[in-house]
Amino acid sequence: MTSTDEKWLEKKISRRSMLKITGASAAGAAVLASGMGGVAKAFGFDILEDDATAQNKVKFYGKHQSGITTDTTTHVYFASLNVLVGSQSELQELFKTWTPLAVRLMNGEQLEEASPGVFTPPDDTGEAAGLDASNLTLTFGVGPSLFANKKFGLSAKRPSELNELPHFPKDQIADQFSGGDICIQACADDPQVAFHAVRNLVRAASGKVTLKWTQTGFTSTPKEKDKKATPRNLFAFKDGTVNPSPKSDIDMNEVVWVQPNESQSWMASGTYLVVRKIQMHLETWDRTSLKAQEDTFGRHRDSGAPIGKKNEFDEVDLDSKDATGNPHISADSHMALARKVKDRILRRGFSYASGLIDETGAYDAGLLFISFQKNPQQFINIQNALGRADKLNEYITHRGSGVFACFPGVQKGSYIGEKLFSAF
Amino acid sequence: MKKMPFLLSTLLITAALAGCAEKETSSQPVEAAQEPIDLQEEVGAYKEFAIEQMNEFVLETEKFTEAVKSGDMEKAKELYPLARMYFERSEPIAESFGDLDPRIDARLADIQEAGQGEEDWSGYHKIEYGLWEESTTEGYAEVADQLLMDTKELRARVETVDVTPDLMMTGAVDLLNEVSTSKITGEEEIYSHTDLYDFQANIEGAEKIFRILEPEITAKDQTLTENLEAKFEALYALLDEHRIGENGFVSYEELTAEDTKQLSEAVNQLGEPLSQMGIIME
Repeated sequence: MTSTDEKWLEKKISRRSMLKITGASAAGAAVLASGMGGVAKAFGFDILEDDATAQNKVKFYGKHQSGITTDTTTHVYFASLNVLVGSQSELQELFKTWTPLAVRLMNGEQLEEASPGVFTPPDDTGEAAGLDASNLTLTFGVGPSLFANKKFGLSAKRPSELNELPHFPKDQIADQFSGGDICIQACADDPQVAFHAVRNLVRAASGKVTLKWTQTGFTSTPKEKDKKATPRNLFAFKDGTVNPSPKSDIDMNEVVWVQPNESQSWMASGTYLVVRKIQMHLETWDRTSLKAQEDTFGRHRDSGAPIGKKNEFDEVDLDSKDATGNPHISADSHMALARKVKDRILRRGFSYASGLIDETGAYDAGLLFISFQKNPQQFINIQNALGRADKLNEYITHRGSGVFACFPGVQKGSYIGEKLFSAF
Repeated sequence: MKKMPFLLSTLLITAALAGCAEKETSSQPVEAAQEPIDLQEEVGAYKEFAIEQMNEFVLETEKFTEAVKSGDMEKAKELYPLARMYFERSEPIAESFGDLDPRIDARLADIQEAGQGEEDWSGYHKIEYGLWEESTTEGYAEVADQLLMDTKELRARVETVDVTPDLMMTGAVDLLNEVSTSKITGEEEIYSHTDLYDFQANIEGAEKIFRILEPEITAKDQTLTENLEAKFEALYALLDEHRIGENGFVSYEELTAEDTKQLSEAVNQLGEPLSQMGIIME
């Protein structure tokens, strides 16, 4: 990057940022008038408030970032970005730019207050106009490659547990679906709202970041007796039965949230996001007998119960045998292998359907696996235990992969990732 | 998504927002509230540039068509991409002639899309087909004559174009869009694979518009000028990596997927700030 770029970042007088500053003041005036509190400024960027009156809104500010223990939404737009700027201060500036935009997006507001001029493109791309916040959550994380890049001078801040994921048996990871310096997970109950959020964050950072890979996903939560039931994956099996409860602080502190002194100090109250793009071979699955399907998972398809049991949450007994003396649950079933590991993770899986695989004409569909854990090793242990033996391997191929350190939540007056740059 | 109510406060008395306030209270378009900026000189400068390019285009096309007619394959192939650059640089102007533009520059695919047949195809790309695909100039004398006539007509009619600031600014962005949609895929020069010449010329055409408007842009927002400078520079540097000889480029077929991705990203990164040039009108 040239020195002009740095100058350009320091001077915040471009038309776009002018509009944002004046626009934010307009928002401030509006907020004051409606008695919701004022808009302050710190670090040279606008501090916006969560709008308590917004419909279907998740709070931006808090101890933890949103989109981790927040209720699962029906859609996700996951984006992995590479950073183009060349210094730590520019990187910091990027997160400062994004912070007020993220608040606005999560409030369901447009990114501009006043009507834009007609001779330039609008600041907000506009496709979410008329839609409410739709429970949009934005989760930001940074990948190992960001710390490896000497230009940012962050190598001493890299937590020792943050490394690219190892190669697992049968992995066929393609570079075009892997890695990235920064991730943005945008979840919402409306696909257009989720997409709009990423599109506008990336656009506001034009020339400073570039998209490495993206993936949309969807999931639907059925209701049983008015209670939320476990969602099903595209193989029709319930996915997430043994998930720890996001509502339990004890579980979350044990499984998900990095505790003080467990990692680098900037990671306290943060977590690690593991993402895997797992192609599911629907065609082969669909010609597999129900018995073989159930043996693959170790559970009954319809009820979700362990084989030989009746209900989804019945206790799993790997030693139980059927009338002929064979174990109900085969030792190489997905569940049996997964249960051997003591580690737990919080899963937020989504299905994806992205057209067809060019070479074969098969569905390009599967699972956008996203899990949160306080140490990526938890995921690695589980994945290694599944290893080559997992019966499910015959029907799936891991195509994409990423691991990102997700910052702790943002306090009002601070900005996304501030602790990474300030804490020592 | 809902919009925050617009409230006037002392903080908001800026020219830009005054215009917007006007829009809130009446249905008048934003620019109506403003003193229109005088860009007569800039418009004149751009027209002069376009005419200059067109003069060269006629001269180079003359040489090219002569080479075709005299059966000098080598010379024709050498002149083809260079002559076209004058056209590509001033495309926002040429495009205003809906009839002439296709006669000079249509690809066979464009003709077929319009529901016409190969017999309706004329111009540069038809001769390109002869030179690279059929390896002959034979039977192309008439096409060459027609091309030269069309080119001269284009040159004559450029005088009549009503160049406006809007045409310039939209044109600059259009030149980039042209690159992102057809040059970057190699669809423009499917026989000769000389797409990088067109690419370079389109960017130069966009840069010319920026240079003419630069004083106004700098007066309004110096950081935008600096940003544009940097992005043009970065894109030219990438193009330079694919140069060969004095003023040539490698065949588009030699580019890897990674090369085209890099070029495409650099074009998009230039496009965002370029689309902000309209601030001088506000």
